[in-house]
Amino acid sequence: MSPIGSSRRPKVEGRRLPRAAIEGLLLPLLGIGGGLAVWHAAVVWSSTRVFPSPLAVASGIGELARRGVLPGYIASSLLRVAVGYGLAALAGIPLGTVMGRYRSAGTALNPVVQLLRPISPLAWIPIAILTLGVGDGAAIFLIFLGAFFPIVFATMNGVIAVPAMYVQAGENFGLSAGALLWRVILPAALPQVLSGLRIALGIAWIVVVAAEMLAVDSGLGYLIIDARNAGKRYDLVVAGMVLIGTIGLALDRLMRRLERLRSVRWGFHNE
Amino acid sequence: MNRTARGDGGGGGGEVKLALRGVSMVFQGDAGRVPTLDAIDLEVRRGELVCILGPSGCGKSTLLNIVAGFIAPTSGEVRIDGEPVRGPDPRRIFVFQERGVFPWLTVEGNIGFGLGGLPGAERRARIDRYVELVGLRDFEHTYPHELSGGMKQRLEVARALAVEPDVLYLDEPFGALDSITRLTMRVELLRIWEAERKTILFVTHDIEESVQLADRVVVLSARPARITRIVEIDIPHPRDLSSPRYLELRDGIFEEIGVAHRI
Ligand SMILES: Nc1ncnc2c1ncn2[C@@H]1O[C@H](COP(=O)(O)OP(=O)(O)O)[C@@H](O)[C@H]1O
Ligand SMILES: [Mg+2]
Repeated sequence: MSPIGSSRRPKVEGRRLPRAAIEGLLLPLLGIGGGLAVWHAAVVWSSTRVFPSPLAVASGIGELARRGVLPGYIASSLLRVAVGYGLAALAGIPLGTVMGRYRSAGTALNPVVQLLRPISPLAWIPIAILTLGVGDGAAIFLIFLGAFFPIVFATMNGVIAVPAMYVQAGENFGLSAGALLWRVILPAALPQVLSGLRIALGIAWIVVVAAEMLAVDSGLGYLIIDARNAGKRYDLVVAGMVLIGTIGLALDRLMRRLERLRSVRWGFHNE
Repeated sequence: MNRTARGDGGGGGGEVKLALRGVSMVFQGDAGRVPTLDAIDLEVRRGELVCILGPSGCGKSTLLNIVAGFIAPTSGEVRIDGEPVRGPDPRRIFVFQERGVFPWLTVEGNIGFGLGGLPGAERRARIDRYVELVGLRDFEHTYPHELSGGMKQRLEVARALAVEPDVLYLDEPFGALDSITRLTMRVELLRIWEAERKTILFVTHDIEESVQLADRVVVLSARPARITRIVEIDIPHPRDLSSPRYLELRDGIFEEIGVAHRI
């Protein structure tokens, strides 16, 4: 069946398997190709001297690769995210669990969390630099803040939504409070916790770039600010942006993989 | 009310397993007091299958939750083997509708859930035995969302039986199943009951179901629930659903509850 033959079928029927496979590859490539074409055309027609064309950016990425700075910069960014995000998960999941499980803890802490949650981590920059100085500490702290609240919030909601029936069944089988948490409540809340972790990783990846522009001299955020400051190399600026987007997408895909694990798949209805 | 004669089923004479004395329950709702159970007295013998029958909302689940120790009654008490009930206990397992199985565990994981204290080999053997008993062979590694409603219900029964409890509480366990599966499940339950001889308290709002399954049917009034009658079902299993005795008992309960059985 050719993908073009699809017009013969009523639209509402949706995609069939072989078509879906072709479309899944073809359409995104088409979209990316179209985007690149529009970008190129816009650069040519506007005869801008600042904004680089796709080809210039590609050769910029090549230049960065030849210079050998890329692996180091990518590793620095990923490492900062790993630490800040890891700490956020380590602190956020237990806190969210306590807030969801114990009514009094939830009632006491929820206003604080709700108040802090809408504050952009970037608003913390002055305080972060004042208290932690310019350096990795401040960057990691900002990443931590960006990831922490979504994780707390998702975990709390996940734990609150655990059906009473599961808890009763756990108690009926004689589980202690700790075992109940570990064997019933957390597995039951895990799909929601994972959703929170995925959102938080996206935010952490956004925050790391901003933090690296201010506080440190390595990483992809630094690459961008350095390329502009040292000679207005906008081809390298956009090259850095493309790399950030690509790695962010890869991280998100990785998290989506986790959602397909068999012990959590029941919690995701989109199948 | 006849407590000594037995239908078929249930070993050992008249040993009282479970006794309710003046169990009453009043909920404090938004619109004030909701009297739900009114002085329930009941004795259930070891190995007996008793159905608690009443209209929706009359307080059947509340009664079963009290007996299971999940909630405390406003007054009265429940004793099992002479001991007052103070909370849930692995010797007495509550079976919800099929929704009670854990979706994050496989069939095997669910059945083995309550067997944490057993050594590995024994645990394996126990899981194996109950997989077989409820007919889930070859589904050991399947997750519940890939099972049918009837299979999930059997899985939950297997999870309960695996810890070898002496009492099972079933709260409208087959209510969410289609009518054909429901009939099969009743046959299955009776087969398992004959094999394992548990004491079973089975809540239902289905008159036919109660007469098909029970040694005795405890008929409750509308809320606040009182026991209006206890009907001995003196027909041996397998029961002939068109026998005059079956129809007589069934129609007696229809009349008791005051609903027409002609449409
Ligand atoms: N926790 C509760 N708080 C207040 N009212 C309740 C509560 N649980 C049950 N009820 C009320 O008790 C009555 C009996 O409920 P239930 O035992 O679930 O009935 P059944 O299982 O027979 O359908 C209903 O009117 C219900 O609204
Ligand atoms: Mg009920």
